[in-house]
Amino acid sequence: MNTILEVNKVVKQYGDYVALNGVSLAVPKGSIYGLLGPNGAGKTSLIRIINQITLPDSGQIILDGEKLQPKHVQYIGYLPEERGLYNTMKVGEQCLYLAQMKGLTKAEAKKQLEYWFERLEIQGWWNKKIQELSKGMAQKIQFVVCVLHKPKLLIFDEPFSGFDPVNATIIKDEILALREEGATIIFSTHRMESVEELCDHIALIHKSNKLIEGKLSDVKRQFKTNSYEVGILSDNVEGLMYDITQKFTVAPANFKSLNNELKLEIQLGTALPNELLQVLTQRGQVTHFVEKIPTVNDIFIQAVSK
Amino acid sequence: MSIISLIIKREFIAKVRNKSFIVMTFLSPLLFVGLAAFVGYLSTMKADTKRIAIHDESGLFAQEFTAINQKNGEYKYLDLSLIDLKFLKDSITNESYEGLLYIPKVESSKDFENKIQFISNNSPSISFIENVQEVIADKLTKTNLVQAQLDTLAITKAKANVTISLSKASGEESVKGLNEIKIGIGGAFGYLIMMFIIIYGNMVMRSVIEEKTSRIVEIIISSVKPFQLMMGKIIGTALAGLLQFFIWALIGLSLMFAASLFFGVDVGPTAKLSPELVQAAQQEMTGTAQMYIKELWNLPIASILIGFVIYFIGGYFLYSSFYAAIGAAVDNQTDSQQFLLPIIMPLMLSVYVGFFTVINDPHGTIAVVFSMIPLTSPIVMLMRIPFGVPLWQIAISVTLLFGTFFSVVWFAAKIYRIGILMYGKKPTWAELYKWLKY
Repeated sequence: MNTILEVNKVVKQYGDYVALNGVSLAVPKGSIYGLLGPNGAGKTSLIRIINQITLPDSGQIILDGEKLQPKHVQYIGYLPEERGLYNTMKVGEQCLYLAQMKGLTKAEAKKQLEYWFERLEIQGWWNKKIQELSKGMAQKIQFVVCVLHKPKLLIFDEPFSGFDPVNATIIKDEILALREEGATIIFSTHRMESVEELCDHIALIHKSNKLIEGKLSDVKRQFKTNSYEVGILSDNVEGLMYDITQKFTVAPANFKSLNNELKLEIQLGTALPNELLQVLTQRGQVTHFVEKIPTVNDIFIQAVSK
Repeated sequence: MSIISLIIKREFIAKVRNKSFIVMTFLSPLLFVGLAAFVGYLSTMKADTKRIAIHDESGLFAQEFTAINQKNGEYKYLDLSLIDLKFLKDSITNESYEGLLYIPKVESSKDFENKIQFISNNSPSISFIENVQEVIADKLTKTNLVQAQLDTLAITKAKANVTISLSKASGEESVKGLNEIKIGIGGAFGYLIMMFIIIYGNMVMRSVIEEKTSRIVEIIISSVKPFQLMMGKIIGTALAGLLQFFIWALIGLSLMFAASLFFGVDVGPTAKLSPELVQAAQQEMTGTAQMYIKELWNLPIASILIGFVIYFIGGYFLYSSFYAAIGAAVDNQTDSQQFLLPIIMPLMLSVYVGFFTVINDPHGTIAVVFSMIPLTSPIVMLMRIPFGVPLWQIAISVTLLFGTFFSVVWFAAKIYRIGILMYGKKPTWAELYKWLKY
């Protein structure tokens, strides 16, 4: 079984508004799966269906080979985007309560909590009330609550919002550690640089439909334009430009370098990189030769604006 | 531990630990007692004696009034028939007298019926005017009797006094005033249910709003069904409420006990009276008291208590599901007012129906109808039960109540399920209707 979560043609309507229009996804086991999409695309609707907060109008969800059912709540850890805790309840009691709801016994919950509190260095917070903590501190507690019952599938909706860089790094490392321990992570966000950094699979939802899904490298390959960024030191720029424009499409490029070289972005079309290199080496000294790989941000904007 | 009992436990503990709960629990009996004592103290304070001037030109009535003057009475009648009427009117304006009763001289006694005036700058109380009218009418009747040359003594003797003793077909005797006791008992229970619904229904609503505004609700309902959360909340709050009532009852009982001890010492001197006298007085007292106590025991106590429990549960659950649904639909408490009105109305209505209709005609059409309608039945039926209600009526009423309760819970759960995830705007009635269809 390589797929932990399978979403099959899920449709969800709110009155006349279609929030999900037959969306299908397959989340591979052990992956960090980025669920991308602009605001109002239907991400939260889908996440709520996976969490059994709402039911799909049609379609089905398969979790680890079984049709999604109430007992599965203990296999899923969910950190919603709109998050909060009981303001007047003590941190420790609150965590125990939420852990027990996920099916842990009180003793197990306590053991796990002690482990996590120590790990995140927040032992002193047990008897504090949430209203005495800062927003970032409360977020840490929520993260603990979300992972406490060792879920197989973790769903994070915008996990880094509200964290300062130090804490964001801590949480990021924890997410990676959880994946090492075998958990699968679904990760919904607008922050493309964190997708780039963490995700190995992505899916893009736009206007209630899935546009793209796959391994991040495959998606990038699919979106690459066979362009190369080139830096070259040449005495005869005119001759160089003449040679290149004969065969390829050229545009000025912008990248950081220490030399004062000519910077170009060259589209190869169907040609191979070696053909370009041949032309270049005849005319000067190549200082920079990199395939231009589309960023997730580029893919996102390109797909959404199509 | 099952999830719903987990929720009940949390709700209960959260309520009970709340500072305002603790303060309310222990302060309100004190407030209540303090208020009662204050009212009691006010009522023992003597009102100033009001002086009423009487200018009786006929000379017939002034004596009748001065004869009823009591030492510390509220009114003191002064016969000022010899003083000029205009002067007396002026002194009313100066507030030397509360009022002036002016009785003119008339040709025939028939004319008295509408010629007597009471002049005052303050409007007199109805009981005062009735009292004055009675005194004058009595005197006139007597005078008329004398004029008709009838023997007043013989007439007084001939007057018959009838007391109808009440009894049931089964032959048990009843005492008068029992209706008041019955409505008192039913009313107390009905009122208790109403107070409980309003106080703790509101608590349920606040608790739902709190979860919604703190945004924790999404985490919770990713673990439990909204229906479980709602029911757990309602039950947990009810348990906290019952605890509060229980504590109040305990405090009340111990205060009563303390009071009886305190007054027991206070009335010590009475015990120095001769034992025979005390015994006689006691016997007389216990005679009536025993009758009442016997009657109390004859009330359908079992039905009242069982009815109370059933209607309490049904009524509380019915209304608190409404409260929970409202809490889920709105974002903050100020927005809830619009939706609360339709809930408060039937509650108020049932108390009014209970106190105005049931007491007059416990088995009349209005009383019966309102004891069937689920929104009013918990209170109205409870007030009717002490008067004896046929079992089939109770059966219908309870069936209707619980049938409605289950469908309301179903509707409320739907609104609740959608509402808790809707932030930012106050829904309209039309939107709530739409949510039901999602």
